[in-house]
Amino acid sequence: MIEAATAPSTLQHRGPGSLTELFWAFTWLALQGFGGVLAVVQRELVERRQWLTLEEFVDEWAVAQILPGPNVVNLSLMLGGRYFGVRGAFAAMAGMLLFPLCVVLLLAVAFAGVADLAAAQGALRGMGAVAAGLITATGLRLLPALRGNTMGPVVCWIAAGATFIAVAMWRFPLAWVLLGLGGPSCLWAWYRLGTASARQQGRPSP
Amino acid sequence: MSLSLSTADWLALLTHFATLSLLAVGGAITTVPEMHRFLVTDQRWLTDPQFSSSIALAQAAPGPNVLFVALMGWNVGQNAGGYGFAALGMAVAMTGILVPSTLLTYSAARWSHRNRELRAVRAFKQGMAPLVIALLMATGYLLCVAHDDPRSDWGLWLVTAVSAVLVWRTRIHLLWLLGAGAALGALGWV
Repeated sequence: MIEAATAPSTLQHRGPGSLTELFWAFTWLALQGFGGVLAVVQRELVERRQWLTLEEFVDEWAVAQILPGPNVVNLSLMLGGRYFGVRGAFAAMAGMLLFPLCVVLLLAVAFAGVADLAAAQGALRGMGAVAAGLITATGLRLLPALRGNTMGPVVCWIAAGATFIAVAMWRFPLAWVLLGLGGPSCLWAWYRLGTASARQQGRPSP
Repeated sequence: MSLSLSTADWLALLTHFATLSLLAVGGAITTVPEMHRFLVTDQRWLTDPQFSSSIALAQAAPGPNVLFVALMGWNVGQNAGGYGFAALGMAVAMTGILVPSTLLTYSAARWSHRNRELRAVRAFKQGMAPLVIALLMATGYLLCVAHDDPRSDWGLWLVTAVSAVLVWRTRIHLLWLLGAGAALGALGWV
């Protein structure tokens, strides 16, 4: 079992009450996720339902993004597993996939008839442009989670800026970026965490 | 297009997606070139238009992008004859792409959650945080500049920028924005 987060938090965050609630929560957010679900996950789970804090969300997302496989599916099974173990992971993942799968099949069958219409292609194009904005905005909304980061604001900005340039401008493969920039970044965080705890231990207890 | 697929072919489809599942760092979409080589070029199980429309439709539909894999399996099955095979193809493709990465992710997540106080685990999460946030912005940027003709595409860029600012700064419901984008596109304004 993965027990719920026990880290002390000023705000009490409640999790889902049951497997059914978990399943429908993920179904509902997956069905809103046109052109990518992550924006909706952040809105629904962090802001509306408050199942986890922004910082916890970034932590989970870091793991989900680095592991192979579909990112938001990884995220759903990690979050489900956090609350209800294996059954929770299945419930969340099933919610994420089941109804959207039916919708996409219906669309595929229906779209075969209208694929050549300019209006249908235009609508797809317009929604794609909005979806690009949603993903960008999700990144912007996660920025405050970096405030408490042990690496400090300057290193965080350098790491984020270098990642953006390497991926968006220079089109480097993701694996290289994760190793080349993520490696040093993690090492720096490791060093800073060490000095921070050494400082805490060196200080006389009040 | 009609195919006849043997049991060995179905197994090959399964193992192909299962292998890619563990290589798909950054999402299933990163393995699209490899899928294209296998399904279209080598095996000829899908036509080029079937391959691209599988991706475009899954992007436009609600839900995780990985569903494009379901559509590819569906189309392979349809080429092999009828809805029954299509359902089989879909099940095979989704099983392949999901099972290996799911098992790995679940065990890794359990481990990292149990050891979340370890210095190495905390360093990993803190060190990766700025990268994964920047990756989201890079993804949005790349999707936007996929349309790269300033004269005809400035409208699309504007739509992307406006929706990014609205979602960032306001609590407007995301479906309104998507509906507006679809309407603007259907009317031919962007």
